[in-house]
Amino acid sequence: MQTLDQLIAESPVFARLAPAQLQLIAGCARNERIEAGHYLLREGQPADRFFLIRNGAVALEVQAPGRGAIVIETLHPGDVVGWSWLFHPYRWQLDGRAREPSALVAFDGACLRGKCDADHELGYQLMTRFAANLVQRLQATRLQLLDVYGHAG
Amino acid sequence: MVMPVDVTAPGPMVPEPFVVMRRRRDTADTWTLELEPCSSDPLSFAPGQFTMLSAGGAGEVPISISGDPDDPARLVHTVRSVGLATQAICEAAPGRKLAVRGPFGEPWPVAEVEGADVVIAAGGIGLAPLRPAILWLLARRERFGRLVLLYGARTPDQILCADELASWSERGLEVHLTVDSAGPEWLGHVGVVTRLVRRARLTAGSTVAITCGPEVMMRFIVAALADCGVRSDRIYASMERNMQCGIGHCGHCQLGPSLVCRDGPVYRWSELEPWLAIPQL
Repeated sequence: MQTLDQLIAESPVFARLAPAQLQLIAGCARNERIEAGHYLLREGQPADRFFLIRNGAVALEVQAPGRGAIVIETLHPGDVVGWSWLFHPYRWQLDGRAREPSALVAFDGACLRGKCDADHELGYQLMTRFAANLVQRLQATRLQLLDVYGHAG
Repeated sequence: MVMPVDVTAPGPMVPEPFVVMRRRRDTADTWTLELEPCSSDPLSFAPGQFTMLSAGGAGEVPISISGDPDDPARLVHTVRSVGLATQAICEAAPGRKLAVRGPFGEPWPVAEVEGADVVIAAGGIGLAPLRPAILWLLARRERFGRLVLLYGARTPDQILCADELASWSERGLEVHLTVDSAGPEWLGHVGVVTRLVRRARLTAGSTVAITCGPEVMMRFIVAALADCGVRSDRIYASMERNMQCGIGHCGHCQLGPSLVCRDGPVYRWSELEPWLAIPQL
């Protein structure tokens, strides 16, 4: 059976961190399971945690009047769910709902922020990795906005 | 010495009549037509080639062949209705005659990449020109490593070949499908097709990629493949320009020093890169 720091190390976002840093992060983490249809995060609610998907899938959704839930993106094993825990005012911008029974590593955002304040090298490493993740998602969103399949050519 | 010329043989500018045998609606604006020649032999073709297709009086357009290259008895075209010419083709009911010239163009290099892992990255109707390559590869499945389809569509109801994806998967194609947006009733992936590249866990050194879709999408796909270590000389793309003659005479489809109808539509990405870097080329 894998330990939490081993599980965390397998995720692209935490890859190549030093063992001591992985142990610090694992100290703010625990395994969780969630049933299909249940929410991990709700828009406007405090963003005090984030998640690493071990298996299953999570949909990021926006509720639109008259249209119901619009799925913006689905996230899959190895993906991180949530970065609002890292930035003031620490509130979720979207809903996150399990699409199928999912196994997650849940991280306590306040715990990890505290460790980053105390250990700036850890903070730098985490910020670099989350920034890279943000850039990937931003580029994907730009491509989505272009609606390239909606036009000829 | 003057070579004798058979003046009775039709040249590449002379269309052959084909009759529509079957027409199927794929999505709200896309139709697949199966054609048979009225008098000529069936049209043999290589995966990735196209014909110039016309419904008579509405103009002629280049349309990729989407049928099985091992079964050319019927010429299959998947056409999106986006203008007068394509609208007239899509409206052609069984029994109606269409004019066909071709096939034209350089094909996908599928026969040259035996032993490789082949990634097929398609966006929207770009799956249609890739379908012959998929069928050709699956018919020779044992000659290749992994066969991976990365397919992105706008919404679930605009997925092409939806009824074939499961059987392709059973025959050894790893199918990764995503849509740009969907309601909660869609249980598949949501997100852009480039996000599938990392999930496919490719082995860069043994991977060859072929891609077709909107040019912007292909640029993003190439960037995502590069992030995974796949070199641009191992990536092939099917380009679209204003093709009119189909045989490199009129020059309308010029792309850099190349004519897409004659030298393409399939190009190695490393050849395309310098030309695509020039705005408005």
